[in-house]
Amino acid sequence: MPAFLTIHWDALGRILAGLVLCPLLFGVINRVKAKFAGRQGQPLLQTYFDLARLLRKGAVYSSTTSWVFPLGPMLGLGCTLAALTLAPLGGQPGLFSFEGDLFLFAGLMSLGRFATAAAALDTGSSFEGMGASREMQFAVPAELAQILGFVALAQATGAYSLAEMLARLDLARWQIFGPVLALTATALFLVLLAETCRIPVDDPNTHLELTMIHEVMVLDHSGPDFAFILYGQGVKIWTLGAILTGVLIPARGDALSAAALGAAGIFGLALIIGIAESSMARLKLLLVPRLLVGATALSCLALILLLR
Amino acid sequence: MRNAQAIPIREIPLLPAEEFCAAVLEAIQHEARLAALFCAPAFGELRLFAILAEDRLGVLHALSAPAGHAYPSLTPDCPQAHLFEREIWETWGVTPLGHPWLKPVRFPKLDLRGQAITGPDVGLAKFMEAQGEAAHEVAVGPVHAGIIEPGHFRFLCHGEDVLHLEISLGYQHRGVERAILGEPGGGPGPRFMHYMQTLAGDTTIGHATAACQSLEALSGCRVPAGALTLRAIALELERLANHAGDLGALAMDVGFLPSSSFLGRIRGDFLNMTAKLCGSRFGRGLVKPGGTGFDLDKSRAEAVLAHLAQVFPQAMESVELLWSTPSVVSRFERTGAVSHVDALALGLVGVAARACDLEIDVRQDYPVGAYAFSHVPVAVAQTGDVAGRAFVRHMELLHSEKFLTEHLTHLPANAGANEDFAAPVGNLAPEHLSVSLVEGWRGEICHVALTDATGRFAAYKVVDPSFHNWAGLAMALRNQQISDFPICNKSFNLSYCGHDL
Repeated sequence: MPAFLTIHWDALGRILAGLVLCPLLFGVINRVKAKFAGRQGQPLLQTYFDLARLLRKGAVYSSTTSWVFPLGPMLGLGCTLAALTLAPLGGQPGLFSFEGDLFLFAGLMSLGRFATAAAALDTGSSFEGMGASREMQFAVPAELAQILGFVALAQATGAYSLAEMLARLDLARWQIFGPVLALTATALFLVLLAETCRIPVDDPNTHLELTMIHEVMVLDHSGPDFAFILYGQGVKIWTLGAILTGVLIPARGDALSAAALGAAGIFGLALIIGIAESSMARLKLLLVPRLLVGATALSCLALILLLR
Repeated sequence: MRNAQAIPIREIPLLPAEEFCAAVLEAIQHEARLAALFCAPAFGELRLFAILAEDRLGVLHALSAPAGHAYPSLTPDCPQAHLFEREIWETWGVTPLGHPWLKPVRFPKLDLRGQAITGPDVGLAKFMEAQGEAAHEVAVGPVHAGIIEPGHFRFLCHGEDVLHLEISLGYQHRGVERAILGEPGGGPGPRFMHYMQTLAGDTTIGHATAACQSLEALSGCRVPAGALTLRAIALELERLANHAGDLGALAMDVGFLPSSSFLGRIRGDFLNMTAKLCGSRFGRGLVKPGGTGFDLDKSRAEAVLAHLAQVFPQAMESVELLWSTPSVVSRFERTGAVSHVDALALGLVGVAARACDLEIDVRQDYPVGAYAFSHVPVAVAQTGDVAGRAFVRHMELLHSEKFLTEHLTHLPANAGANEDFAAPVGNLAPEHLSVSLVEGWRGEICHVALTDATGRFAAYKVVDPSFHNWAGLAMALRNQQISDFPICNKSFNLSYCGHDL
């Protein structure tokens, strides 16, 4: 094992909690939206039922697709799971950490996206091609905003691994770097909305294939493949949410209560996403890059404030 | 002639084809609109008929010409004729010479007499093409995601921009016009009203009223005042339900949850009011030749009125929420705009036309029935975009509610007795033509009936507002984002089966 790599075996419990709880996030978001719409809403555990149903089914593969197509969901889920092992929860480190792992984290997100887009292009459908092109177009400013946001955090804390960075973010640091951290957190929130395809960037509930971004790329996946994609989405919200709440909630107590607070923060985030989705319309597709460029600008501003 | 009037076919000017075309074009240049253009047999030969509507004067003109095998096409100078001419060509084999885009409309397998015609299978036709490295095509349908009717949309795109949209329909063609004529003994037969009510399910009252007006005009039947009021009440309820549903659907397409879910529910409330009048949420069986199938007594009118007073403010609250949410307004504005000039040239009708600042409304321009006694204001918008069409719907909700409250409160004094709601319909006048216009919730519904020497239908032409307006949707998409298509489509909300017949 290389010397620079640290393995935190105690993170296994936190990762397990993430793996188990992440489908519940959809339940919370959907329940909030249902309440706003005056409906009762689907069961909180619906996503678990959906996953179980999808895993029992067989998958259908079009004869025009190649090995790239089934690889997409697997690689996509694999990348997200790998990113989860890097993500600290409530300031407590993830399974692995090393200096510069923030770039690996961003890279894993990109690789997952690449796999999904490649699988979408592999179908040869004009819809999926359109979705892949949109996803890639919007990824450019989103990735930039994320990496610059991480760099700002690194600069503010003087640490270069996600675990160390978030561990050092306590109340004292918020008092010194308040504006910087607020800007970074806003940028990371916008990136989270884009990465997890929520309103105002994308509408996960729409049936209109011409307006979709992420959903249209996965139209042809079925059965276990689609379960991987759905579950991957849940893991992604959890992972990005863990980092965002790590920034936002600076309370650092003992390992267990900090992790519990982090997890509660992620569910609070799901609540906020639900409220946002219930109270505004989607952006025009042309305006989405502007929003994400705005997020990049916020990250840049945070960095400039630190470097002045 | 006036709306819902019959005239002898002999009195319709019969011109040579060239003069006929010149006369139609001249009328179009002088603010007339082509309400219908079709072929029908009369006096042993096939004739072309044009129904021209002069909206400002409230007058309709009929012109005819022997069809022959070909005639000079109107379309190059009068784009609103394009679908009508394609229809004539595919059903009768009469060629409009010089038509720029002659291809089938509905791909029928039988002509109006029930004889087989050879033509391509539905959807197989030439489509506009774009050349170049960056141009690509996106084909949507005929099978769609979601439970909607079948239709094929072919987008020519440059990246996300739509250069051109071509719409190919005909999948719902079932031959209604043929079926009307083919009933035992010739039309109108016992199934006539059934066909009329199912021309477009969401416009049951509109089409049924137009059909009854045709029969009543041809037979000289005088419909009792109570029935006329009840028909207008049902028509406005249909408008309320569909406009509320459309605004909710627009909200859903932009992902705006509150308005979409509340208006979806409220649409159901409006449908239930129609059910209270006649037992059917879509108004089946309510409008009958000579009157209505049901009476309206004070107690039921009051029940509907109370329901309306309870639901309507909720509907308005949900609609106003759309306008007070910046993200929704920014999504609606400048999306799918059709210019005033294009709307005029394409002969758009109804909500789509009024959103382009065209002040046309059958209820104002050709008032018959209850509308002859009370004026419904015409709602117009200037922008011609999705916001404009949503705004017109919003205003029409307000106007319809006012009309309903007024008429449900002040029913004709003796309303309630059955004889006030139905009059006998006699035999149809032989060799007459009647034009019947109704402002359905989508726009102008036009039914033209021709009778033969025995007083049977020689032809029955139905023009659903969608037939005029599909071209408007195609125009609205020019130079727009392809991702804006669903919301443009929803803002028009046109009928597939009403077009395909």
